[in-house]
Amino acid sequence: MARNAAAPVSPAGAPEPILALDAITKTFPGVKALSEVRLGLYPGQVTALIGENGAGKSTVVKILTGIYQPDGGAIRVNGQAVTFATAQDAADAGVTAIHQETVLFDELSVAENIFLGHAPRNRFGLIDWSTMERKAREILRGVGAEIEPSHKLRDLGIANKHLVAIARALSIDASVVIMDEPTAALSHKEIQELYELVDKLKAQGKAILFISHKFDEIFRIADRFTVFRDGQFVGDGHISDVTESDLVKMMVGRDVSQIFPTRNSQIGEEILQVAGYDHPTEFADIGFTLRRGEILGFYGLVGAGRSELMQALFGITTPPKGVTKIDGTVRVIRSPADAIHNGVVYVPEDRGKQGAITALPIFQNVTLPSLSKTSHRGFLRLAEEFKLAREYTRRLDLRAASLDTELGTLSGGNQQKVVIAKWLATQPKVIILDEPTKGIDIGSKAAVHEFMAELAAQGLAVIMVSSEIPEILGMSDRVIVMREGRIAAELAGDDLSPETLVRHAAGI
Amino acid sequence: MLKRLLASREVILLGAIGVLLALIATRFPGFVTPANLAGVFNDTSPLILLAVGQMIVILTKCIDLSVAANLALTGMVVSMINVAAPGLPIVVILLVAVGLGTALGMINGLLVWKLAIPPIVVTLGTMTIFRGMIFLLSDGKWVNSHEMSDAFKAFPRAQVLGLPMLSWIAIAAVILFTLVMTRTTLGRAFYAVGGNPHAATYTGLNVGKTQFWAFAISGALAGLTGYLWVSRYAVSYVDIAGGFELDVVAACVIGGISIAGGIGTVGGALLGALFLGVIKNALPVVNISPFWQLAISGSAIIIAVAFNARANREKGRIILKSAEHTA
Amino acid sequence: MSTTERFIPDRLQSPLATRLKSWESLLLLVAIAIFIANSFASPYFLNAWSLSDATFNFTEKAMIAFAMALLIISGEIDLSVASIIALASTAMGAALQLGAGTPVLILVGLGTGLLCGAFNGVLVTRLGLPSIVVTIGTMSLFRGISYIVLGDQAFRGYPADFAFFGQGYVFWVVSFEFVLFVLLAIIYSVVLHRTNFGRTVYAIGNNPTGALFSGIRVARVKFILFLLTGLMAGVASICLTSRLGSTRPSIATGLELEVVTMVVLGGVNILGGSGTIPGVFIAAFVMGLVTFGLGLLNVPGIVMSIVIGALLIGVIALPRLWAMWRK
Repeated sequence: MARNAAAPVSPAGAPEPILALDAITKTFPGVKALSEVRLGLYPGQVTALIGENGAGKSTVVKILTGIYQPDGGAIRVNGQAVTFATAQDAADAGVTAIHQETVLFDELSVAENIFLGHAPRNRFGLIDWSTMERKAREILRGVGAEIEPSHKLRDLGIANKHLVAIARALSIDASVVIMDEPTAALSHKEIQELYELVDKLKAQGKAILFISHKFDEIFRIADRFTVFRDGQFVGDGHISDVTESDLVKMMVGRDVSQIFPTRNSQIGEEILQVAGYDHPTEFADIGFTLRRGEILGFYGLVGAGRSELMQALFGITTPPKGVTKIDGTVRVIRSPADAIHNGVVYVPEDRGKQGAITALPIFQNVTLPSLSKTSHRGFLRLAEEFKLAREYTRRLDLRAASLDTELGTLSGGNQQKVVIAKWLATQPKVIILDEPTKGIDIGSKAAVHEFMAELAAQGLAVIMVSSEIPEILGMSDRVIVMREGRIAAELAGDDLSPETLVRHAAGI
Repeated sequence: MLKRLLASREVILLGAIGVLLALIATRFPGFVTPANLAGVFNDTSPLILLAVGQMIVILTKCIDLSVAANLALTGMVVSMINVAAPGLPIVVILLVAVGLGTALGMINGLLVWKLAIPPIVVTLGTMTIFRGMIFLLSDGKWVNSHEMSDAFKAFPRAQVLGLPMLSWIAIAAVILFTLVMTRTTLGRAFYAVGGNPHAATYTGLNVGKTQFWAFAISGALAGLTGYLWVSRYAVSYVDIAGGFELDVVAACVIGGISIAGGIGTVGGALLGALFLGVIKNALPVVNISPFWQLAISGSAIIIAVAFNARANREKGRIILKSAEHTA
Repeated sequence: MSTTERFIPDRLQSPLATRLKSWESLLLLVAIAIFIANSFASPYFLNAWSLSDATFNFTEKAMIAFAMALLIISGEIDLSVASIIALASTAMGAALQLGAGTPVLILVGLGTGLLCGAFNGVLVTRLGLPSIVVTIGTMSLFRGISYIVLGDQAFRGYPADFAFFGQGYVFWVVSFEFVLFVLLAIIYSVVLHRTNFGRTVYAIGNNPTGALFSGIRVARVKFILFLLTGLMAGVASICLTSRLGSTRPSIATGLELEVVTMVVLGGVNILGGSGTIPGVFIAAFVMGLVTFGLGLLNVPGIVMSIVIGALLIGVIALPRLWAMWRK
């Protein structure tokens, strides 16, 4: 490993930050997103930016890349105050960002994706395609990627797209590279390759800002850390001086150990039986059962086909083959409406896109799938709607100004509570929760866990898809591990351990 | 590589035009003589010019329904200038036409860029405003052939190397914009902005400003075509090229330009326009009433967009190892 | 749960207070102001018969606008409505030639509208094509069929009792069209604001994927909305044909623009998700009063289209300019 190869970091001879934020403040209508925060990025070092959702991390990224302009404070490059009025200014100053989702251009070629905005020109000022493709090939080879530069980006897999994004960062000879949750969509193997690349970038003396929610990865890769909480700077330092629980304490402002609720549900009769599920490209040979009062965990690497399976079960995509039995009777589920009718509901992973209708008020979100119950012969009855919404939002301990507030104005955790309330109001038999605590703060996380336990105790059958091992272990009665679209293992009791989960998920 | 080439939209469309011509040739060989085909091309030149501009606008996720009204307004202005000052050199007329067209396009662009009004609303609005302005300017009167100067009328018909100037201008525009789209940063910006506006912002591109330039180009081409149109047909009035914007959009859709933005080529726009041009010119030859033309171009739009959608349909995620090789 | 029970009020503001601050209230003030201005501008304005005449300026368009409002709120658009009017009118004329009486004519008119709506609906919801391109295509196709049938001819000689729909009065100065317009406003108001169906339209417009995941049959709802829009175009076609007493293929050209303008002026978001029927209802009066007022001042029709175009852009631009100004 090339740790600290380019820049020695003895406490005495600490290098100057190549890029620094000094007392940066950013206000949006009604919200102070950042309040006098500071951040320093050093050549040849990885700085992890840590904070809960809403701590101001993405605002900082947008300020560093010139998308937002701060209301107060200074951005310094090598000690000189600068302004990034546009994204181009930030790029000119050598700052580049690789984003959560690969934000590149599917319809353009690989070479162009790398060189967009700074393409090599010939003497007539026209883009020089052959030089561009040659240079692209060199850079791609440098990151160990065998990708043909003339291919369109859309033909590439997600991991290769990522490499193109990194190649782009290298092509503009950036001195500062921002990686915003770079491993979110990558497999285990691809993550290892990414780590090696980060080490390479460090060795070249680049300053790296690394944003991640995963502590194992922060401790694996970062040299320094900076913690934000609620838009304010909390602390920074060398990663070797702290422990995981120190960081968590700084993040949430209190001592938190992740405690899962004690489960005391009676596991009852089988309520759901799935057999012979087969899809041409997404999954095959799927069969499992679910009992009342049970929490069944689905574990696997990202892209193992878990969400796809759940969406087929919920009728979003019709599986070409397979039998679904509910309460012992075969049911045909061709649409979400069929699923809901049969007592199966699904809390999707992508809350913003699939779960919440953010521009509608809270109460209308809650009653949307239950309108047939609150209405009379197809006519709305607002009093009934408010009654239902009141009942279920109270059960989930929702925090909001009023029930006719737009859902979009709530925090992620509270939005998730509304989405869950919406499904509970249909009084389902089976509830599928897909990554139920992804991207919500630790407080709401605990509330969701507690509530899941309560639901199971009341006899509801729960399926929980999760990529977080502690959550899977802490909540599930039984766990199904998926790998490459198939069931790799079914584990319960003593067989359940982090090691067995990882082994089956990775196929080792 | 060959497989890729054969599957490309342009090649399929070229094949379709070839088949169409062959079918017509079996009954009416006179239609496919070089002289007649050159005539068809010349006749389609205004559509080609506008389709190239429209293609750029559509690439950036916008639409310009005001092109025909822009053409008519610019055409009226230059013909009135010609009536008032018959001695003015054609170069000046050309500059005025391009300049005025660009300015009108920029109005669309500014409304889209600075006020973020949906392009369809903006251009539906400016379409009627431009037409109304022609009426205000001309008082509803026509500018007829005998009022226009001979030089004014002669320019688009002037023969150069066996082809009329109008055709040469269309050819020049196709070459120029092929270069612009493939070899300049602005050209690539159009693709980037339409393909992924979010990413484009992060790359340092200003989405609104790029769309503004697309409207300016579309306007410039509409203005240029405005002069060519009134001088070729030697008449100018409020309703010239009425509904022509639909033909232009049709040419683009047939040419494989995705209405969702980011996908399309100058060649596609050219071929889409030629496809419509061949049909339009063939109808009287094969003895079908010209009243069929509207329905045919309507059907062509629907078939083309259905075809495009099929080709670009999102493939499902491939997770199963066994599916990887078959897909 | 671990925390103490928390009380969340249903509402912070009374519905009345929300309503008073709405776009609709502003629009109502505008309508009243124009009414007063008109009565000062012309002595002929405040006359029961001339006011009644003025309503014909907007009743047919508004009938379509109600259905179009729902369609636009759901995130789609139908630009083919004027062409549906033409095709429905042509179909009625053809039925007339075959000796059909008034009841059959009505059925043919409504049936053609429904068929056209279904055609658009299938293309958009079954094949998943963008509605703007599909309906630009069917806009040419539907009117194109009228041209194929009629060419430069016209259908005339509608039966005397057919004239009631466009020329009849229910009592005194209150025309049949006006009564139908008010009735439809009430029906669409109830459907959009008081039924489950209306709620799902808003949900789909705000987040189609979220609506689908909530168990709403998105494709079915959208299909019904296209059907309704087609049906309303059929109704408008009956009224318009009855009022004009003849059918030409160019009937109602450009009417789609005025319908869309009315919907947008009524406060419906062109990108979907919000808007009300009372808003569209008042917008119909505003547009009718403006047209009528200008007519009294002898302003020609094409110049009025400038006003319509400017209204369309201005209605969206002014609030945005105001917001920029305040910043």
